[in-house]
Amino acid sequence: MIEVVSVNKTFGKQQVLFAVSATFLPGKVNLIIGQSGQGKSVLAKCMVGLHEVDSGSILFNGRDFTAMEKSEKSEIRQEIGMLFQGSALFDSMTVEENVKFPLSMFTKMTKKEMQMRVDFCLERVNLSGRNGLYPSECSGGMQKRVGIARAISMNPKYLFCDEPNSGLDPKTAIVIDSLIKDITYEYGITTMVITHDMNSVMEIGDSVLFIHQGKKWWEGDRHSIISTENPEINAFVFASEFMKEIKESLKGQKR
Amino acid sequence: MNYIRNIGAYFLMLGWVFRKPRKISIFWRMLMHEVQHIGINSIPIVALMSTFIGAVISLQTASNMDSPLLPAYTVGYITQSSIILEFSPTIISLILAGKVGSNIASEIGTMRITEQIDALEIMGVNSLNYLVFPKVIAAIAYFPVLVIFSMFLGMLGGFAALVISGLQSPETYILGLRSWFDVYNVYYALTKTVAFGFIIVSISSFYGYYVKGGSLDVGKASTKSVVVSSVVILIFNFIITKLMLL
Repeated sequence: MIEVVSVNKTFGKQQVLFAVSATFLPGKVNLIIGQSGQGKSVLAKCMVGLHEVDSGSILFNGRDFTAMEKSEKSEIRQEIGMLFQGSALFDSMTVEENVKFPLSMFTKMTKKEMQMRVDFCLERVNLSGRNGLYPSECSGGMQKRVGIARAISMNPKYLFCDEPNSGLDPKTAIVIDSLIKDITYEYGITTMVITHDMNSVMEIGDSVLFIHQGKKWWEGDRHSIISTENPEINAFVFASEFMKEIKESLKGQKR
Repeated sequence: MNYIRNIGAYFLMLGWVFRKPRKISIFWRMLMHEVQHIGINSIPIVALMSTFIGAVISLQTASNMDSPLLPAYTVGYITQSSIILEFSPTIISLILAGKVGSNIASEIGTMRITEQIDALEIMGVNSLNYLVFPKVIAAIAYFPVLVIFSMFLGMLGGFAALVISGLQSPETYILGLRSWFDVYNVYYALTKTVAFGFIIVSISSFYGYYVKGGSLDVGKASTKSVVVSSVVILIFNFIITKLMLL
């Protein structure tokens, strides 16, 4: 479980997060949504320690991450897997070397054990046999899947996904969403997904946190997001004409 | 104000660079990669520059030796002194600041803007120690090798230029090279080289690591790292010379 307690964050004179508090449960896909520039990525980066918070706490299973020294944070970070928006694969390494990297850095596994773990992770993301490819030789969807394989190689307790579907076609996006959901349920991971993608919200959002103007604006699940009367949520979710038509038709069905 | 902040950040960075590597086997692999990347790949440019500059130094010296009071072997002596004291350690380091320094700044800068450094940090890896420490050690260990190689080729270039053009006999030139040869000058040159290697790698890494923005900013950081490294090399050249030669 991850608890965010009254987190504030300022860049220069501009305050980006205003006393944000939230709880993210294990074994669930927790979504952070919101328009661009509202602070959701900053919140996620504060949670993994890439940004220092000005005040407030972030607790990983009760352990206060914000109060820790860098060396202590390093221990917690070994329990975190992260999938980046641009995949952030090491481009000088092959797919296999990317997935193997955290294992060789942090475990005492033998070469054979590492190879088995790498093969297992790549098989889990349907990339068996692609071990020797370099990231530049992989498609966007494959890069995301390698990123997921690398993120789960250390059996993380927490998985962070920063806009996992950006730049992907709708079909590949569904594959990535399904993979994130399956892995979360299978291993009981606390998964955080930062996204704009309403398909993702409706597919995998066990809990949804809406960030607006740096504040926690709304919290619920994928079912309640459709029916809420919150104007900012509605402006975000039903931004397109197509979604507005869906909402109207849903209202019509209820009547 | 910004300069003071940068100097502070640079020394804080060094504090994170000089830590014990988490896995010696991974550090060793990275070190070998950097020796190849920083050192061995620089051999062609060092060889080319050294041979031709050595040739030009000897020809220019010979062409300016008008006085009959100066013995002919003075050409070899001046070539030897110029190459050992200044050309090989300083000019080659300035060239390496351009080649190696810009390469390091753009490599690390690209890793920064593509979030590869964030990925390392989130895994719990000390990214500065992992990325920069092997580069520093490779430069400190291998730059002196390059400079000794440069000294040898510079003198060989001078030999070839004088002998092929018929300006001097091989014996006279070699006598000049051996005249007043002082091993201390080589120590001095290698001390400078070690300092310059450290300056080039650490400053380039600093500008690459803390780059913000996109690919344009990586280019700017790369250029800035070369300019700043070159200026710092020139300043330290003066300081080390003052301390060791006078």
